Amino acid sequence: MQQHVIASSSTNARLRARDLTAEEIAEIEHELTLYPTKQAVGLEALKIVQRHQGWVSDESMLAIADYLSVPVSELEGVATFFNLIFRRPVGDKVILFCDSVSCWIMGCDKVKKRLSEHLGIDYGETSAGGEYTLIPVPCLGDCDKAPVMMVGEKMHRNLSCESIDSLLPLSNAEGSK
Amino acid sequence: MAKITVDGVVYEVDPANNLLQECLSQGLDLPYFCWHPSLGSVGACRQCAVIQYRDAEDTQGTLVMSCMTPVTDGGIYSLAAEQASDFRADVIESLMTSHPHDCPVCEEGGECHLQDMTQMSGHNYRRFDKQKVTHRNQNLGPFINHEMNRCITCYRCVRFYDDYAGGTDLSAQASHHHTYFGRFEEGTLESEFSGNLVEVCPTGVFTDKPFSAQYTRKWDLQTAPSICNGCSVGCNITPGERYGTLRRVVNRYHNEINGYFLCDRGRFGAHYVNSESRLRSARDASGMSVSTTAIEERISEFTSEAVIGIGSPRASNEANFALRSFVGAENYFSGHSDAEHEALQVLIECLRDAAFHSPSVRQIEQADAILVLGEDVTNTAPRIALALRQSVRNEAKALAETSRIPNWQDAAVRELAQESLSPLAVFACGSTRLDDIATTKLNADQQTLIEASNALSERLAGRSPAYSQQTLGTTMQSVEATYTALMSAKKPLVICGTGAGAALMRCAANIARALSVSRSEVCDLVLLPKEDNSVGHALLTSKENTLSRALGRLANGEVKRAIVIENDLFERAPTALVKNALAAAELLVIDQIETPTQRYAALSIPSATFNECEVTKVNYEGRAQLSFQVGEGCDAAKPIERWLNVEGSAHSNSMIARCAAEASDFESLIDCLPDPLGRIAGLKVPRQSHRYSGRTAMHADRNVHEGKQPVDDNSVMSFSMEGMLTQKDSSVLASAWAPRWNSNQAISKFQAEINGELKQGHPGVHLIKRSLNGQAYEAENSVNKNLGDFEIRLVSHIFGSDTLSSHSPAIQKRLCDAYLALNKEDALELGLANGDFVSLGGAEDSIILPLIVRTQTPSGVALVYTGSSALGASINPHDLPESASLARVESEPSVHPTGLGLSNLVVNDAYSGAH
Ligand code: SF4
Ligand code: SF4
Ligand code: FES
Ligand code: FES
Repeated sequence: MQQHVIASSSTNARLRARDLTAEEIAEIEHELTLYPTKQAVGLEALKIVQRHQGWVSDESMLAIADYLSVPVSELEGVATFFNLIFRRPVGDKVILFCDSVSCWIMGCDKVKKRLSEHLGIDYGETSAGGEYTLIPVPCLGDCDKAPVMMVGEKMHRNLSCESIDSLLPLSNAEGSK
Repeated sequence: MAKITVDGVVYEVDPANNLLQECLSQGLDLPYFCWHPSLGSVGACRQCAVIQYRDAEDTQGTLVMSCMTPVTDGGIYSLAAEQASDFRADVIESLMTSHPHDCPVCEEGGECHLQDMTQMSGHNYRRFDKQKVTHRNQNLGPFINHEMNRCITCYRCVRFYDDYAGGTDLSAQASHHHTYFGRFEEGTLESEFSGNLVEVCPTGVFTDKPFSAQYTRKWDLQTAPSICNGCSVGCNITPGERYGTLRRVVNRYHNEINGYFLCDRGRFGAHYVNSESRLRSARDASGMSVSTTAIEERISEFTSEAVIGIGSPRASNEANFALRSFVGAENYFSGHSDAEHEALQVLIECLRDAAFHSPSVRQIEQADAILVLGEDVTNTAPRIALALRQSVRNEAKALAETSRIPNWQDAAVRELAQESLSPLAVFACGSTRLDDIATTKLNADQQTLIEASNALSERLAGRSPAYSQQTLGTTMQSVEATYTALMSAKKPLVICGTGAGAALMRCAANIARALSVSRSEVCDLVLLPKEDNSVGHALLTSKENTLSRALGRLANGEVKRAIVIENDLFERAPTALVKNALAAAELLVIDQIETPTQRYAALSIPSATFNECEVTKVNYEGRAQLSFQVGEGCDAAKPIERWLNVEGSAHSNSMIARCAAEASDFESLIDCLPDPLGRIAGLKVPRQSHRYSGRTAMHADRNVHEGKQPVDDNSVMSFSMEGMLTQKDSSVLASAWAPRWNSNQAISKFQAEINGELKQGHPGVHLIKRSLNGQAYEAENSVNKNLGDFEIRLVSHIFGSDTLSSHSPAIQKRLCDAYLALNKEDALELGLANGDFVSLGGAEDSIILPLIVRTQTPSGVALVYTGSSALGASINPHDLPESASLARVESEPSVHPTGLGLSNLVVNDAYSGAH
């Protein structure tokens, strides 16, 4: 009779960690040279993994925590503090849509409605084909060109319902990750 | 001292503190959430706002957070000013926007700091009509409920759990209105101190799960001051009783011992008193029940010929003393194992030695360089481990002082100190739960630990130590680092315990003595026994009267009768020895629980549990403390002294007085009684709160006539709501309550100052006078071991290694199977992987255990956890060889698996790698 021997839930959890890729490790190692302590690299490591994987799964969380020897719950605190670390899968293109004051004054509500109609999704959702995820953000710092949204590195300014019609579908070059 | 004016009244305050703390010390009602007397200030909740005036001319003032404001001499403040009280009302209104209106079904209700503060701040009408934020709760294991919707984001939970107690699996997640306090994923909270969340959280997010299953409001609990029986620290607790069963245990403030916190063994272990394992009626050898009169007759005749009495470290002083006077001192024997008995002799010698001082838990927190030798304190005396986690922060506090940052500025001090810790050297065999804060870790077999200790004593005595070839490198480094740390500290401390064994305890004493000599001062030395009254029992037992002598005399027929109190001898001596002795004797066993020893008893007699009688116990410092009866429990059970019916046993006061008068070292025991006459200011002290409800109806299911309340002739306490208010005398304070303060935070109303003594404190009495000037012990040397054999070392676990608490249903959900641990390399060499079975010694009847790889196990050492007797799943530790060859086997383990496996095991070094 073989007994299943696993000690403590944290050890148990560690078994579920995925292996970090060589690229991820190389990039994390580079960051480690720039910070005084391992814990300090947590956020950078999350960004690195997200860049490679598109989002940060539980298995990735466990892997990073293990690699940096920080408690995974502490890393979760960091990951969930920042809206743009994705702890759920996101679409190929993540649309960060500003719904803050200036954009609101300039009628972003209407634009957002149009955008939602086109994509068939609301805030926090991912389109059925996995192409788009729509997320509200508070002020992209481009108020003089409101309403605005950002996809990947690219800003789309002075939005209107019409410009949404012509923008979509977004080209693949606008990858978000 | 500084003078400040608050709302026109002048107060003398301590300028080292913050304004909030000083206002509370003065008895003022000022609301707060995130500040906690032990955790300091972070200024997170904004609830404690007051107005500070520049000078007498200033009529406007500025709004400041009192917890973040140092008091300044001549300072002028107002709590009552309208801007301040409006601001506080607004703050609480915003904190309450998402709070559910579920007080009637919330277990915090009636003792909720949030309720109190809401009332105090004057927020009584909800204007917010939007949707509330809601959360998903997690299953946090058998101890703690999680109800996140009640959170007001004060951050106290993580500040306690992570920052104060060193936990790693609870964190603050997300941000602003959806901040979440929980684990990465569902699962049991791993910290040994998780139960304190129940008291630290000012709302009902974290509540006591075993208590939920038999819930009673605070005001309906019958309570009395009591002492934990989980280990030798002697934490003060308040058990609550209703309908004849123990409902819960909460912390009872003692400024020198437990302060505001308990460990989970103490909090959740006490439920053993309600468990199935209780011995509830007397029975004879055939299991037939026996009447009380028959027992009494049998007992009174029992001394017609010589009787051996075997005492117990888990029985009170009075029980042990009664047995001793019943059988005669020459026939009264140790209930400790021989090894433990030997170790306790060292402990007592050191308690008598004027070279040493045994610091209280509070004093341990002040140590600034510590050596822990051979003991995994977190698993044997948990509350002291929590104190050590504070001592290592003295470095941070010193840094803060040089930067002129007050110590109560918690976040600032932590930020400044980063990772800097005061030196903590852990010399141990395998990983301990304090390794994460150890600045020096020597991880080695017994031989090396002894060698290192000898070297350290030599070094401290100014000689140059000899190292053996193979240990030279790391051992010398550890010894040097520890030497420097201890010598340059202001308050060095050496800790060891009986878990490490007598040899290492002598080493620890030698180190402390060398330190005391070279520094020409008394040295702090903590020696920890295993059980709650180990020291009391050892003081009553003569050195020669070891357990094996008693067993020998029974086995050879020299004496034919024996009485064993509150003890399972199969945990104390080799199985064969115990069987032989017990089979030959006519045996009476008096115990609270059922044990294998009782299979040999002519009569098994139920004794009262800690909450059913008034007794004293002696903790590791030699401090005797009184524990009151809380309520009536098992009808058939009586305190042992009353069964034995010795002179004076009719009343606990007279029993304590007799013990004090007759037992040497116990003279001052009498001072444990708040008043030997059983009255305070001419009145008895009620165990029931003034709001105790349903008293006339609580037994109506059985009888419509209101029963007479039980009478307690024994004690200053009565089973009543009437009498002297405990609010007037904190020496008998069980449950803190003050007008407007229904939660445990009411304790500040009873302290001379915040974190200080209770106003009429009753800290217990130190029994032992230090007089001796002892000698250093002979330097210990080697351990015998065959080449190729593994040294067998026992490990303790907070849940499972203590007899009584292991019978608590909640604790049982946290137990794990007996196991044997090796490091990776040794396991590999033997062709063993996690989960394989290993036999010790290779003989046919040898012990077989499941293997777990623990990476920090020194090579050549096998760590053995013997399992919990409460589940009938343990091996007798005294049957283990000192060393053995190990081999992989296919046969079943000696201990039947409990079904719990090892999934509950919380250790720092479990190997998770693939097989
Ligand atoms: S869970 Fe309790 S202690 Fe933690 S932040 Fe919320 S209210 Fe405060
Ligand atoms: S440390 Fe010991 S005495 Fe204190 S609560 Fe825990 S088990 Fe009880
Ligand atoms: S408000 Fe939209 S960019 Fe500033
Ligand atoms: S108690 Fe002062 S801000 Fe929370």
